[in-house]
Amino acid sequence: MESFTTHTGTVLPLRRSNVDTDQIIPAVYLKRVTRTGFEDGLFATWRADPDFVFNKSEYDGASVLVAGPDFGTGSSREHAVWALQDAGFTVVLSSRFADIFRGNSGKAGLLAAEVERSLIEELWSVCEADPTTQVTVDLEAREVRFGDVVASFDIDDYTRWRLLEGLDDIGLTLSHDADIAGFESRRPSWMPSVV
Amino acid sequence: MGKTLAEKVWVAHVVRAAEGEPDLLFVDLHLVHEVTSPQAFEGLRLAGRRVRRPDLTLATEDHNVPTLDIDKPIADPVSRTQVETLRRNAEEFGVRLYSLGDVEQGIVHVVGPQLGLTQPGMTIVCGDSHTSTHGAFGAIAFGIGTSEVEHVLATQTLRQSRPRTMAVTVDGSLPDGVTAKDLVLTLIAHTGTGGGQGYVVEYRGQAIEELSMEARMTVCNMSIEWGAKAGLVAPDQTTFDYLEGRPHAPTGADWESAVEHWSSLATDPDASFDKEITLDAAEMTPFVTWGTNPGQGVPLSGSVPEPADIDDAGDRAAAEKALQYMALEAGTPMREVAIDTVFVGSCTNGRIEDLRAAAAVVRGRKVADDTRLLVVPGSVRVRLEAEAEGLDIVFKDAGGEWRGAGCSMCLGMNPDQLQPGERSASTSNRNFEGRQGRGGRTHLVSPLVAAATAVTGRLSSPADLTPRD
Repeated sequence: MESFTTHTGTVLPLRRSNVDTDQIIPAVYLKRVTRTGFEDGLFATWRADPDFVFNKSEYDGASVLVAGPDFGTGSSREHAVWALQDAGFTVVLSSRFADIFRGNSGKAGLLAAEVERSLIEELWSVCEADPTTQVTVDLEAREVRFGDVVASFDIDDYTRWRLLEGLDDIGLTLSHDADIAGFESRRPSWMPSVV
Repeated sequence: MGKTLAEKVWVAHVVRAAEGEPDLLFVDLHLVHEVTSPQAFEGLRLAGRRVRRPDLTLATEDHNVPTLDIDKPIADPVSRTQVETLRRNAEEFGVRLYSLGDVEQGIVHVVGPQLGLTQPGMTIVCGDSHTSTHGAFGAIAFGIGTSEVEHVLATQTLRQSRPRTMAVTVDGSLPDGVTAKDLVLTLIAHTGTGGGQGYVVEYRGQAIEELSMEARMTVCNMSIEWGAKAGLVAPDQTTFDYLEGRPHAPTGADWESAVEHWSSLATDPDASFDKEITLDAAEMTPFVTWGTNPGQGVPLSGSVPEPADIDDAGDRAAAEKALQYMALEAGTPMREVAIDTVFVGSCTNGRIEDLRAAAAVVRGRKVADDTRLLVVPGSVRVRLEAEAEGLDIVFKDAGGEWRGAGCSMCLGMNPDQLQPGERSASTSNRNFEGRQGRGGRTHLVSPLVAAATAVTGRLSSPADLTPRD
């Protein structure tokens, strides 16, 4: 995974709450067995509406998605994270993320940063008035900056460290192989096995 | 101070704990299906890694498999490729797979419990958010993404921060005709879709204790729909009776050891939860959703809400959007909502008790003229058991369709989909926009309400039906 320190880009203001992962990418787009190419499914249903914000040319090239509360609820599909990344998004800002989506983002290298709801409202207004507004998301400082505004965001320390260092989780865990083997040797013999 | 059930199970699975890091948790059972695993196996292959514990890993085909013509190759080439990829990966990595056509095939969350692989005190994960279902046995069970699937395949562990604990106590007894589905839909309408976020929830109280294992699975299944990390119920005699004699349950002296251990897992009397919610079962009634998230529900006796009456601006806007999508007028009595398709099935309500409940309502009656009834058993075992009891005949005599096992119309990855504008009453778990097919409109209901609705063609409970001759 590439390391993430700071990102600057323009915003896609998504004025919706409860954006579930079926909306981010409907199930029919999950049949691919590869890791890339999911951008065609991103917000597929909503994109059929020409007035949907994603279809407006002034937001072309946006890399920071700013959404209402409870973003990423529902299905555990990591494809939702991949679809956002494949479509060019590097950061999602919301006032509340569903647990699994936030976890998946951290694993795949998409920054899901939790900010105050008032900041979301402000970003929506500012970026709708001027879609070229540059927003900087600084993972080291845990800050969102645009114009004169400097606001902090929440992310757990461990995910922040992994993203900053670009670390592979599996490699880290396999360095504790002796601990895993020790645990395995202590499990009760009556616990079920599938064979 | 004492510990909660969830804390006991969690602590017993910590492989490594270090300051500033999430715990490294051992995974007792990893369930796998075709949709969220291909990229995980590919990751192993690229890194030259193996599956650490094939003996604790079980795969089934469920999400995109057809429920008709299951003896023929899958017609949709993309679905077929995904299923064939799982078959190749299972063979290459030595993972047991129950394929389409196998007697043990079915929805992953129906298969695990019926085989007795789901047991109290375990940690169970799967690349599927409804893994919370297995919590009904007093296991910590939750959904994970594909990166984590790869992590579990390679290490049999997961890095997880310890969640907070919540108790949902449901006092009293559910009235006749009110089911576990109504209970959990009532709860989600109370908490909203984010109310459980960050918590492992223990469901307790008289009404929960009185539920069968299958009904407890329905409640735990929908934990994710109000944002909870996992939901679980303390193991008790109901749990032990369900498990005893199942293929993978311990036997003989092992059974005695297991029951002794399982009996020690209940929350200690002096333990405390980070948050508590109390509900009264006696006040509950059949419950249905009107909107596009599972928290947007009302009693069946109620009406479509008026968005203007909603205080929170965000919730109000969401309600307005939902009513527009659902093509519903505020103030319309729910019982007047006409339904095109009734879907009985899914990991929420596709087990044998659900089919029995629906069949008992439909028996000797006919499905309404303009309504379609689709019954999809959760597993091949459930289908065979239902057929042995003649339930398939009951549904078919009424004019319903009887299908093969799988996730089917719950998420419409296979050909079982709603058409644009079509409206369903569904025993599944999500009423999201387009979930059951693009433009489809979903009302979440219990199996009893689903069956009664199939008969009348409008949202109904069995109490609304004219008595049989």
